[in-house]
Amino acid sequence: MSATAIPLVPGGHEQTWHRPSRGRVGMYCLIIGECAIFTIFVVAYVFYIGKSLNGPTPAQVLEVPIFNTICLLSSSVTIWLAERAIERGILRTFGLWWAATIALGVTFLIGTGLEWYKLIYHDGLTIRTNLFGTTFYSIVGLHATHVVVGLTMLLLVLLFTLTGHVREEHSERIQVLALYWHFVDAVWVVVFTVVYIVGR
Amino acid sequence: MADQTLPIHGSLDLTPPREGESTWLETLHSWVITVDHKKLGLMYMMLAIFFLLVGGAEVLLIRIQLAVPNNHLISPQVFNRLFTMHGTTMVFLVGMPLVFAWANYIIPLQIGARDMAFPRLNAFSFWLTAFGALLLYFSFLGGAGLYGMGNAPDVTWWAYAPLTARAFSPGNATDYWALALLVTGFGTLGGAINIIATTFSMRCKGMTLMRMPLFTWLLLVDSGLLLVTITPLTAAQVMLLLDRYLGAHFFDTQAGGQAILWMHFFWIFGHPEVYVLVFPAFAIASEVIPVFSRKAIFGYPAMVAAGVGIGFVSLGVWAHHMFTVGMTSAGNAFFVLSTMLVGIPTGIKIFNWVATMWGGKLRFATPMLFSTAFLFQFLAAGLTGIMLSVAPWNWQLHGSYFVIAHFHYVLVGAIVFMVFAGIYYWFPKATGRMMDEKLGKWHFWLFLIGFHVTFDTMHFLGFEGMPRWIYTYPADRGWDHLNLVVSIGGLIQGVAVLIFAYNLVSSLFKGKIAGNDPWDAWTLEWSTASPPPVYNFATDPVVHSRRPLWDIKHPEDPDWKYE
Repeated sequence: MSATAIPLVPGGHEQTWHRPSRGRVGMYCLIIGECAIFTIFVVAYVFYIGKSLNGPTPAQVLEVPIFNTICLLSSSVTIWLAERAIERGILRTFGLWWAATIALGVTFLIGTGLEWYKLIYHDGLTIRTNLFGTTFYSIVGLHATHVVVGLTMLLLVLLFTLTGHVREEHSERIQVLALYWHFVDAVWVVVFTVVYIVGR
Repeated sequence: MADQTLPIHGSLDLTPPREGESTWLETLHSWVITVDHKKLGLMYMMLAIFFLLVGGAEVLLIRIQLAVPNNHLISPQVFNRLFTMHGTTMVFLVGMPLVFAWANYIIPLQIGARDMAFPRLNAFSFWLTAFGALLLYFSFLGGAGLYGMGNAPDVTWWAYAPLTARAFSPGNATDYWALALLVTGFGTLGGAINIIATTFSMRCKGMTLMRMPLFTWLLLVDSGLLLVTITPLTAAQVMLLLDRYLGAHFFDTQAGGQAILWMHFFWIFGHPEVYVLVFPAFAIASEVIPVFSRKAIFGYPAMVAAGVGIGFVSLGVWAHHMFTVGMTSAGNAFFVLSTMLVGIPTGIKIFNWVATMWGGKLRFATPMLFSTAFLFQFLAAGLTGIMLSVAPWNWQLHGSYFVIAHFHYVLVGAIVFMVFAGIYYWFPKATGRMMDEKLGKWHFWLFLIGFHVTFDTMHFLGFEGMPRWIYTYPADRGWDHLNLVVSIGGLIQGVAVLIFAYNLVSSLFKGKIAGNDPWDAWTLEWSTASPPPVYNFATDPVVHSRRPLWDIKHPEDPDWKYE
């Protein structure tokens, strides 16, 4: 955050006095805490794989959401391009990549919605059906909740950008927010692996 | 207040304050909307002390019920509610707020900062905790639910499944319990994030990590531990609420769910939680013992390393709460050994505190009395802990009063004692007045006697086979006299706490004026006025060693020459 030169002992030679940005430290802490929450849900999911007393089973009803996954993971690339743009002060490019990130996130959310619609109305799988339903909707729902929270914050920034309130000096805050979005994407890799590859 | 009396010149803004009396409504308003770390610290402290009295009253009712055999003063249902509320209150509404009370008030002052890293998040976290507390206690009114079943939660503070399922706990009591813990949990997470960001990013110039006071270091480790400790509980509460409201089957044994999963999830939170609660006690001891021994802390790097070590080891010991459930022998061996491993870093800490006192010029003011008692009691608690970590011993005694005696030795003998030490030590800083020493000594000795009468005796009740959670017992079991002794000890502690409460209030108005540095201490909080101004320091302090005030008071022999 601040870097000035001070002597560490009186009369000693000057050294740069550097402290990390509080926004980044705070966000990393939040991410560590969130990781613990997801770990517990992942453990529950893995623990209950194959223990449902009745169907439907994952192999019968789950389809691997490849398109969705591509959308979400590429949103990490677009948000990184946006971060780079605002660091260099190119606000127009920033706005475009930021909007692209939101579009990709929304696409992912719609994809999840369609998947759930199919599971509920065609396959008859709800959270009450069996242990698979319980753990599946919880872990995917927990992740989707994080996507919704992330999208809300991204949208706020987009609104501020459109009204001209976001400037180059905000790049630090934008990057802190982007950290959260990267986390949401990274967690999806874990959820995807556990639910659609290991568990199917 | 003249700036000249302060060790650091220019640390106060000398412009005279604006005149103007504020009405009590304005004062109240200023406390409600405040984002100042000192006010929030005091609010956390008041919340904790209030619920300490509430939780204490609950346990006194329990002890009156158990004082004589075949007692029917309290019904079994009420007894269950009382010990559930006692446990939940003491852990979540006393122990946790205390962590944030200390951290909020002291850390920014000790590291030379003007506030926490995120002041508004700080206020938000406090109010979440306060509303969580309200939710928990509202259960007395709202817990009955539509079916008129139940009252306050009665599922114990660890709330084992499947007792918490709708079928076995109808009404809303369990929901209030789960929601209260969920809400206070978010408050805790916010507080922990704030403390870590503050210690990393708000330190004044020259305050390198290895120059931070041990108090700040230990609460930093504590917050790191909280990040990965409170969150599993949050996750488990979400699962429980999904079970209760949406008909999910996480802990539903009828649908293939397993109750043991809840036990694991709960104790993954629950064991590190004990360390979360005891870290502030370590932190206070690491400030009080050096100052009252007139020596720098012995083995500072080892103390830091031991703190971090305890944090890590404590994450891998949770299933020692579950030996009696039955595990594989490999599982038993792992958790026996990992539990015993905790003894090494805690042993280092005790040795270093004792070595700090060794050869020092001891001053037995009230904070030091409590700290000395803490050393002995924490050692004894640790030793019974090692006994209980041995699986076969645990099988014999797990469900007995021996376990209650063990963990209350930690919770009361270590934590509560050090909370009192900390209050006597920092009260002058927060209010500008000293607490009464004579009453303090009465408080100490009565509390010490009451503590030992109660909890030493409980060990023997455990050996004699008295199980936990029973609301009464027949007369011919040989438990009668011991139970009476335990209850009498409880009442003595109650009297001691009342003396303390009186001392607290009367000293607030009539205590001796303290001055800025009544204990001749060495950390930065003593370099500003008592009570500190809103901005803490008018100019940013610069430090050159672990004891900045020592350097200023003794320019001929400063610490930085030796570090």
